[in-house]
Amino acid sequence: MSSIRVINLGKAYKQYSSNLDRLLDWMLPNSPPRHKLKWALSNISFEVSPGESVGIVGANGAGKSTLLKIVTGTTRATTGTVEINGRVAALLELGTGFHPEFTGRQNVLMAGQLMGIDLDEIIALMPEIEAFAEIGGYLDQPLRTYSSGMQMRLAFSVATAKRPEILIVDEALSVGDAYFQHKSLDRIRQFRKEGTTLLIVSHDRYAIQSVCDRAILLSDGQLEWQGLAEEVMDYYHAMLAQRENQIIKHVRHADGRFETVSGTGEATVIDIALIDAEGHRTEVIEVGTEVTLAVKIAVKAPIQRLVMGYMIKDRLGQSVYGINTHRMDIPVIDAMPGEEITYRFAFPMNIGKGHYSISTSLSRYDSHLDMNYEWRDYGLIFHIINTKYADFVGCAWLEPKFSFERQAPALPSPE
Amino acid sequence: MPAGLVRSAWAYRGFITGSVKREFQSRYQRSALGAVWIVIYPLVMMFIYTLVFSKLMKAKLPGLDSEMAYSIYLCAGMLTWNMFSEIVSRSMTMFLENANMLKKLSFPRICLPIIVTLSACINFSIIFGMFTVFLILSGNFPGLIYFAILPVLIVHIVFSVSLGIILDVLNVFFRDVGQFFAIVLQFWFWLTPIVYPISVVPESLRFLIMFNPMTYFVGAYQSILVNTPWPYLANFLPVLLITIAMVMIGRVLFRRRMGEMVDEL
Repeated sequence: MSSIRVINLGKAYKQYSSNLDRLLDWMLPNSPPRHKLKWALSNISFEVSPGESVGIVGANGAGKSTLLKIVTGTTRATTGTVEINGRVAALLELGTGFHPEFTGRQNVLMAGQLMGIDLDEIIALMPEIEAFAEIGGYLDQPLRTYSSGMQMRLAFSVATAKRPEILIVDEALSVGDAYFQHKSLDRIRQFRKEGTTLLIVSHDRYAIQSVCDRAILLSDGQLEWQGLAEEVMDYYHAMLAQRENQIIKHVRHADGRFETVSGTGEATVIDIALIDAEGHRTEVIEVGTEVTLAVKIAVKAPIQRLVMGYMIKDRLGQSVYGINTHRMDIPVIDAMPGEEITYRFAFPMNIGKGHYSISTSLSRYDSHLDMNYEWRDYGLIFHIINTKYADFVGCAWLEPKFSFERQAPALPSPE
Repeated sequence: MPAGLVRSAWAYRGFITGSVKREFQSRYQRSALGAVWIVIYPLVMMFIYTLVFSKLMKAKLPGLDSEMAYSIYLCAGMLTWNMFSEIVSRSMTMFLENANMLKKLSFPRICLPIIVTLSACINFSIIFGMFTVFLILSGNFPGLIYFAILPVLIVHIVFSVSLGIILDVLNVFFRDVGQFFAIVLQFWFWLTPIVYPISVVPESLRFLIMFNPMTYFVGAYQSILVNTPWPYLANFLPVLLITIAMVMIGRVLFRRRMGEMVDEL
């Protein structure tokens, strides 16, 4: 049994050229329809198992919010079905239904009841809501005296006061100050640990990748891709840079990862390797050792200005280090077809243990959004091990030189 | 109402009672006189109509000479009309007013008309309660027959809500409906024998008034409270049928157009 099962879902909005057409449509149900259907979503099918968390990504207008609204139940699907098992809490917009004339406390009571929670239960939850929102004495002030940030805090606190079986979140995370964003994200993670199924729409890569197992990419109302969160995010990233004639392809590697490649293809990376001090290729590297990243590029068409960049990402897809030859001020000018260029970057591998991936970019200037010859994710995957030093945590190797001194407690001096 | 609707509304009773309370409070919270305003407005209207019709134009009810009788007749019609018009005009815009809530929150939609109706009923009970006290004190209390008002009132409320829902759904798709009906309500008021007795209407125009369901509701209150010898109580059946038809139409419209409606808001 899955928590959310969406089968062949479609949503079309009726578009009438005039109100008269609508009226005629209503009056004469058997005559040919006078409206055009505009499909916001079509053929969407996916399942979310209990306890799983799934992110929905896509450009503006791709249908993300429509999908959430249908799953939440505020809008009806035109075709297909949505099955939901469990109590749903939806954070589509924080603070809906709040009334400015009433105090925060009164609004909390109303909002809770609007979510279908008993009055007694909300009263019991009140101290916790108050503590989480951290708005101090304002709780008994009318809502109109609140700053928008305070309203958001309060709204989020009520909406998540009771752990739901299914939590649906639409960009709500991006409101409030950085501190509260972290706090709310932590609460969502906590829910996840306790078994809440999560469906979340966000543009924030960090939010998606640090919370979601899987992601679904929507594009023009179609399900473009679903898979592991970082894979989908990489693909989405590549898609954002997509221009005319750009090709996106996936290569499935033996270890099960997808390599995503996009770009116009004037140049391509033909080899990526990490070389150790002895000159051997390696994918397992000891913390703190010197390595050289060698990237070989084949030029396919004349390129007036070529910039090569690379990025090391951790297993969550977070950037650890990235640089390009534009920033280093060493672009290649007038690359010719047939030419091969090999870049070597030597550096000490001062990062923590775990596995990492390297993405490469070939572009004209700093950003791949300008001219993207090739963008490649998961070009190389390598592992950092730590056998020489004390077992530290974190992604940076900040080797401490340490010393310590002890001082005996002062003895009572004899009188 | 089908059982499903009742059950989902019951599950949200906390929200419904809370909203009614909130609506009541928010209307009067920041005004000095508070709930007194509910009473002042109809009292002033009543005073004006009694003055104009009873004193200046010497309108008399057939068979009843007492001056008090006209005021009671007026109250019987006007207070109930106000309730009707409050329910209809408020529910006519409730989906539009709560558009954001409908789009962003998942809750039983039927709660909205219930909230509007309950708060109109509270306003009505306050003023009608005062009116009843006045009847008792002035010795005009009609006796046990007074309680016959209740069934009429229930049908009347159901009629009003159904009409309100129908207009509301239509208003979402055709925004002119709201504007248009505000004018219709004005005409409707004067086409209902509230400030005047039906006997002053020329025979040739009386059919217009007889086709008006409100004539029967208002007529029923009037004949109960003033004991005017009108036959409307007996003719109540057609109104009952009209009400049932309205409920059916309202339900079908509500059900069929709800999904589409949220897209239009």
